[in-house]
Amino acid sequence: MIRTILNQVKEYKKASWLAPAWVALEVILEVFIPYMLSIMIDQGINQGNVNVVIRCAVIMLIASFISLFAGFQSGKYAAIASSGLAKNLRKAEYKNIQNFSFKEIDSYSNSSLITRMTTDITNVQNAYMMVIRTCVRAPLMLVASLFMTFRISPAIGRWFLWAVIFLGIVLFSVTIIVHPIFNRLFREYDQLNKSIQENVNGIRVVKAYVREPYENERFARESSIIFKIQRRAERILTINSPAMQLTAYFLIIAISWFGAHMIVSNTFTTGGLVTLFTYIMNILMSLMMLSMVMVMIVMSIASGERIAEIINQKSSLVSPENGLTEVADGSIDFQNVYFNYGKNDQADEYVLSNINLHIPSGSTIGILGPTGSSKSSLVQLIPRLYDVTAGEVKVAGRNVKEYDLDTLRNNVAMVLQKNVLFSGTIKENMRWGNAQATDEQIEAACKLAQADEFIQKMPDKYDTYIERGGANVSGGQRQRLCIARALLKEPKILILDDSTSAVDTKTDALIRQAFRDQIPNTTKLIIAQRISSVQDADQIVMLDNGKIQAVGTHDELMQTNATYREIYETQQKGGDFDEN
Amino acid sequence: MKTNSLKRLLKDTFSNNKARCLAVLALIIVSAYANVRGSMFMQNLVDDYITPMLQSNHPDFGPLTAAILKMVAIYAVGVLATWLYNWISVSISMRTLKGVRDDLFQHMEALPISYFDTHAHGDIMSVYTNDTDTLRQILSQSIPMAVNSLVTIISVTITMLILNVPMACFTLGMGVIMIIASRNVSRKSSHYFRGQQKSLGKVDGFIEEMMEGSKVIKVFTHEQQSIEDFNKINDQLFEDASNANKYANVLMPILGNLGYISLVINALGGSLLAIHGMAGLTLGTIAAFVQLNRSFNGPIGQISTQLNAIVMAGAGAERIYELLDAPVEVDEGRVTLVNGKKVNGQWVECNEHTNHWFWRHPHDNGIEYVELKGDVRFHDVYFSYTPDKEILHDINLFAKPGQKIAFVGATGAGKTTITNLINRFYDIQKGSITYDGIDVKLIKKADLRRSLGIVLQDVNLFSGTIMDNIRYGNLNATDDECIAAAKLANAHDFIKHLEHGYQTQIDGTGENLSQGQRQLISIARAAVADPPVLILDEATSSIDTHTEKIVQDGMDKLMAGRTVFVIAHRLSTIQNSNAIMVLDNGRIIERGDHDDLLRQKGVYYQLYTGKKANA
Repeated sequence: MIRTILNQVKEYKKASWLAPAWVALEVILEVFIPYMLSIMIDQGINQGNVNVVIRCAVIMLIASFISLFAGFQSGKYAAIASSGLAKNLRKAEYKNIQNFSFKEIDSYSNSSLITRMTTDITNVQNAYMMVIRTCVRAPLMLVASLFMTFRISPAIGRWFLWAVIFLGIVLFSVTIIVHPIFNRLFREYDQLNKSIQENVNGIRVVKAYVREPYENERFARESSIIFKIQRRAERILTINSPAMQLTAYFLIIAISWFGAHMIVSNTFTTGGLVTLFTYIMNILMSLMMLSMVMVMIVMSIASGERIAEIINQKSSLVSPENGLTEVADGSIDFQNVYFNYGKNDQADEYVLSNINLHIPSGSTIGILGPTGSSKSSLVQLIPRLYDVTAGEVKVAGRNVKEYDLDTLRNNVAMVLQKNVLFSGTIKENMRWGNAQATDEQIEAACKLAQADEFIQKMPDKYDTYIERGGANVSGGQRQRLCIARALLKEPKILILDDSTSAVDTKTDALIRQAFRDQIPNTTKLIIAQRISSVQDADQIVMLDNGKIQAVGTHDELMQTNATYREIYETQQKGGDFDEN
Repeated sequence: MKTNSLKRLLKDTFSNNKARCLAVLALIIVSAYANVRGSMFMQNLVDDYITPMLQSNHPDFGPLTAAILKMVAIYAVGVLATWLYNWISVSISMRTLKGVRDDLFQHMEALPISYFDTHAHGDIMSVYTNDTDTLRQILSQSIPMAVNSLVTIISVTITMLILNVPMACFTLGMGVIMIIASRNVSRKSSHYFRGQQKSLGKVDGFIEEMMEGSKVIKVFTHEQQSIEDFNKINDQLFEDASNANKYANVLMPILGNLGYISLVINALGGSLLAIHGMAGLTLGTIAAFVQLNRSFNGPIGQISTQLNAIVMAGAGAERIYELLDAPVEVDEGRVTLVNGKKVNGQWVECNEHTNHWFWRHPHDNGIEYVELKGDVRFHDVYFSYTPDKEILHDINLFAKPGQKIAFVGATGAGKTTITNLINRFYDIQKGSITYDGIDVKLIKKADLRRSLGIVLQDVNLFSGTIMDNIRYGNLNATDDECIAAAKLANAHDFIKHLEHGYQTQIDGTGENLSQGQRQLISIARAAVADPPVLILDEATSSIDTHTEKIVQDGMDKLMAGRTVFVIAHRLSTIQNSNAIMVLDNGRIIERGDHDDLLRQKGVYYQLYTGKKANA
């Protein structure tokens, strides 16, 4: 995991080295200044030597300014290195996610991917900054200060060492005890947030059933649990600062007592005494920082692992080298196709089995079947969004695996069931289909998809801004825009996966009419719930439970297929009364 | 504005925890005193003990022992005070946080629906998460730290002034420079942090949108383009983040080293004065000043690192109070729903559950009881969400008990709005709506809503078991009653096949249930409430024909014997209605039953046949 993360440091390697180097210089100077102070007191003030006093002061001032500069530099390079790493990690994740096939997209939820690219990266970024800065500074400061203490007085140095060990143990035990409590706290937080979310989203239900008192009670219960856990954790943490003080005071007393004895017996100096007091604070602060840094690093390990998982995730579906870059026509063949979403070896249950189908170029095919009958799975094999488990899918007589992936998908346009528009103008959205499309081409495609009429009624027409996810157009309008976007690819094969469900029957018919008249050579596959959407197709495929139940024209199926007839009759009787 | 919210929060916190706050303050003073006392001890140590002993041939350690024991005592008190004030601060901040959370939630539950229409749900959530979190940070850390620092600075300043005025002025002067420097750096840094926040928001938004559309990206082979777009905003984020962190990172080195410079100048000045025997400076005083100087500069650094947190908490507190100050639903209703029983052939009010409900209507001259029947009428109703745009015009309609009224019309015609007026999710501007002859404005909202069942198109369920979710309709319902309701709603069949049956845990988002199953549960939920009036919004989503049939059948059973307002999409529902209201742009343009409306050959005819009238 760590290697994957560090591989992304790339062009920020230099900054990553410079930051700790400058930190080291800063620490050395910061330890040096109090030492000079002891010389100034002992050899200058005590002896009444003005020259020594001034010389020491000038040296210390210069050291302070250099240290200030070093602090600037380390801060700057640490910021650049950590932000740079964050940038590269985000870039690497994003790039790799773009390489995911549908299979990988399915296996990560959106919210999980988003967390991995936002919160997790921020955690790693902060931890990295800590590592190249604080993790250098704190131990170095600790060691250097201890070293100087021993130099000034080995006897007192030993006291320091014991104090450091004592405080170290206290701080780390507190961290270890508190860590699992905080983990529990975060889980409870999630629970609480979920319950708030449900109330915000379902406020109409809450109010309609007059459940405000009930929800208040429930919430108060959950927030009490959080109150108790959090109070417990924070109370344990309150040990930290008195423990620090205790250690500091203990050392001050010890230095005062032993220092006084040693000064009197001439084995120690007043200057040394003053300097030691300064080192106490340096050492304590270093320990405090170290314990904080440890927590942050531990917390970021989980984030780092989640990020590495994305970067290292291999796509299960890759474009062949030197794949075919031309699709000759729009004919499709399924030959003994079996498919399941799981791994290839666990072939116990197929989503599609024994599919054999020949679809001539330019024909219109309707696909019907109940939810879960694998209609979508069937068509997603054509643009190779998934690979078959066994058998072959052919387009224009060649196995889809032989085609260059981009070529194949550019020639097989698909309007997904769960379709989205992106924030941007209608034109910008349309150009997803063809980046070079002229305004005329866009208008023609929208006319074909029966979208032009409502676009013309919008205040900014084709420059109307579409909100994220297409929030400001109705479901039926969104579907028509998605169809137009797919048409702009001028594909050999067009697949509509339940893409007109929110479009009224009349417009639906107009779209199909336009398909017949204007793109007769394109093979059209239409998945639908409504029989009226497919009844004039050249062939209708009835799917059930992943198997082809029947194939035929509307009239044939009406005569031979009982299920088809039944659906037809229910829909005639209790049909939709919908409009847009 | 921001500081006001923060002030208000602190005031509230103080008035709820007066004794605790005062205790914390006192303890902080004790703790700071012990600290400063330690620095002053340096002077005594050098001047009063070490120097005389150095000059004496037979040094007597007796006085030093006594002095050190005194210091041990002072320090012990100091450490105890530190621990106690931290402990009490935790109590204060945790109590305040719990109070804020509970207040927020209770207030939110009381807010009118319009609040939820006009505020993004993500923003409401963020008040509970991010904004409350910033409060935790300042209440348990920043505020005690700032108070402590302030007390320390004041007591150190006094001590320094007592010890030596010129030296004290050096330190104070450098302190001012440090404050100015840190303010400038913080200002720069918060400027860039805002920039970073903005770019971060942009990156987050982009990622979210692209993750939602990732399958579309694949289908359109748009991967390269989206990577390029992402790189652009990612680079911008890097710029802003590295700038923001740069300034944040240099704050401590600047303050630390300015502290050293202050120390050096102090020591230099002091030494020169001492050597020339001026200003009565002793070696001990210089030694003490070295300590005091650090005790003075340390808190300045601490305060400036907390400044950012305090600014953020100010913004958080503002958003918290924005929600807490939002006006709640007003309810001036006095008419309540009560149970009644027959005593000597007369209906009288009673406390036990009898399944006979009455409206209890208090008048000046006594109490009137009206039987709950479910008769709903609209008289000349006008409505608008905002004053400038009227949504419904002149709506008149009546539903006698047990009648079914269907609303049809295009999206945005006002169907949903009408149904939201009956249960007073929104209040009308003109006209009146009556329930069993009583103006709904006179009825207590809770009782009015209890008499109305509702099944919405978007099903909202809550975390808990399926049984809990059904019981949501009526908290007093027994398990058997809930199961009976599930049977009526056709939900029983699928529930009993689940591994844990009615005890299956579900999630608010209902990820483990299909759309159809969720609908069945919401029908059961309405059935267990058993209200005389029902509001139904039929689903249009594309569930398959078989499930749709089951759902429809459940709905039909639920509707039997009740007054029903239904936003209809299905022909069979509409045909079975007593009256159909065709809405267009907030007006009822046609009304009548199915056959009447077909004869009229108007809009309904057109919708039904898909043909233009007179064609």
